[in-house]
Amino acid sequence: MDKIKCAIIGPGNIGTDLLYKLLRSEVLEPVWMVGIEAGSEGLARAKEFGLKTTAEGVDGLVPHVIEDGVQIAFDATSAYVHAENSRKLNELGVLMIDLTPAAIGPLCVPPINLKDLAGRKTMNVNMVTCAGQATIPMVAAVSSVQKVDYAEIIATVASKSIGMGTRKNIDEFTRTTSAAVAKVGGATKGKAIVIVNPAEPPLMMRDTVFCETADEPDQEAITAAVHEMIAAVQQYVPGYQLKNGPTFDGRKVSIFLEVEGLGDFLPKYAGNLDIMTAAAARTAEMFAQDILDGQLKLEPVKENA
Amino acid sequence: MMSLEEQVKGRNLKLHDMCLRDGMHSMRHQITLDQMVDIASGLDDAGVPLIQVTHGDGLGGSSLNYGRGLHTDREYISAVAKVVKNATISVLHVPGIGTLDELRMAADSGAGCVHVASHCTEADVTEQHIGLGRELGLDTVGFLMMAHMTTPEHLVEQALLMEGYGATTIYCVDSAGYMLPDDVTVRIGGLRTALQDATEIGFHAHHNLGMGVANSLAAVAAGADRIDGSAAGLGAGAGNTPLELMAAVSERMGIDTGVDLFKLMDVAEDRVLPIMPQPPRADRDSITLGFAGVYSTFLYQAKEAEQKYGLSARDILIELARKKMIGGQEDMIEDTALSMAKERDLV
Repeated sequence: MDKIKCAIIGPGNIGTDLLYKLLRSEVLEPVWMVGIEAGSEGLARAKEFGLKTTAEGVDGLVPHVIEDGVQIAFDATSAYVHAENSRKLNELGVLMIDLTPAAIGPLCVPPINLKDLAGRKTMNVNMVTCAGQATIPMVAAVSSVQKVDYAEIIATVASKSIGMGTRKNIDEFTRTTSAAVAKVGGATKGKAIVIVNPAEPPLMMRDTVFCETADEPDQEAITAAVHEMIAAVQQYVPGYQLKNGPTFDGRKVSIFLEVEGLGDFLPKYAGNLDIMTAAAARTAEMFAQDILDGQLKLEPVKENA
Repeated sequence: MMSLEEQVKGRNLKLHDMCLRDGMHSMRHQITLDQMVDIASGLDDAGVPLIQVTHGDGLGGSSLNYGRGLHTDREYISAVAKVVKNATISVLHVPGIGTLDELRMAADSGAGCVHVASHCTEADVTEQHIGLGRELGLDTVGFLMMAHMTTPEHLVEQALLMEGYGATTIYCVDSAGYMLPDDVTVRIGGLRTALQDATEIGFHAHHNLGMGVANSLAAVAAGADRIDGSAAGLGAGAGNTPLELMAAVSERMGIDTGVDLFKLMDVAEDRVLPIMPQPPRADRDSITLGFAGVYSTFLYQAKEAEQKYGLSARDILIELARKKMIGGQEDMIEDTALSMAKERDLV
């Protein structure tokens, strides 16, 4: 079967983990890895897997997009450069899946709104953040039962699992997650807290979700919705687990999660990587399937005059 | 060998009061505006040069995880800014909790100094925030928390990162009140040797093992220019170094703090003590914080979990230490208590 050809921009932790997942995909074929440092480990690894590589950034990819038939690109660099990367590739008709917290395109958390994005002709989809991917499904589960006035998430990631991009973008990371907790999760107001823990051996990603419902929470319905959503996320992140809760205290609902990764690139503690790259791959696969089925034709984006 | 007094005599020292920020933890973030204004104006009148005013967990700390503030940071900072004549108002800012917009708000509201905090090994999350602090013209401090959890050498590396981002003062923060004087001496000494001469060095203690004043003196002897403390010791765990005690000891040892000791003692006694539900004390749980090296603010939710699940707060704190939980991970207190209660068939 034909596969849709893809490029990954950013050969760091996220880009490399994503590469492992794309290599297993039935509808996506990674063909280019784009970096900015010649001789970097990430580029060398991609080369070993048979990808073409460039250390010239997106400009090094642009001349090859058409002849190599690249239709989808994943940006795993930083919020600062994403807009420019996206513009250059959109002009060539390449759909951009954004794994930075730039959030210039519609936000996507697959079990909640991936289907809504089909047919919207968007050329840039944002994957929020790993913290958002891990927690927003729970906010959505609670808000599917009743109105949530306020949702707050606390994501703790192992220091070894987050690279320089995330560290330099910690403000965008926090703000994009907060905004998506409300917008995608369905809470009136959202807040995100991010903690980087350096413990050795590294700790598994932990996520806590607090929701304040407008009225007395329907405990039974919320518990059922939470378990249902856990199962939906487990379809693409098998290590997504409910550790404790939901517990109820007045209008406050507390949900305690752990995310174990597949151990593709970084070890299993890096569930944050896994949930982000698995969500991005799943999103791209939906679009790829639509392209293969003839339901979606990507068009170059003309710059506004 | 030089005596301690010979090492510190004649030194200038900036005292930085924490009772309206770290003390917010003990007050569960419920200090009223009137109380803030009353205490801050007293501290200002006593000549305390720096007064920190923020939610206990810093800008944006008001949350279900840490407890909601009675007022917003903007309300607190603006109210204090109106009455303070000489002191600089400072704020705590933890990247990952507070955002750059909140730091801009604090500067607009009258803050002149920011402690940009990270866990002692994660200084590279502070680049944006230290950068903005400098851009806003704030006295910008890099605040390395839980500093007992890494080696002195690694702490120096992290401090150099913050200095490189533009921080003009670097703190060694004993958030757990775990350190003993030698731990302080080697860390502050390492910072003094490695950082530029113009970079100031600070030390922030918790009194969980009763070492606040002793450790702060060790810090001054090793080269610290700033010492954090709290009037009447109002702060997380068994509190911070009682500022009036530090001022009294400083005066006896010939350290110049520029603070009016008796006025400061009066603020502690007449304005701070009356607002406390109970004076900070090294009870068994606070001693556990210092003994096991646990973030001091975990005390309150561990005590709540003790009530709720019939577990001992001390057991919970020891378990949190074993799991190497760090500042900000308050959510893991309830989670840990739930898991412990399940194991013991209590729920």
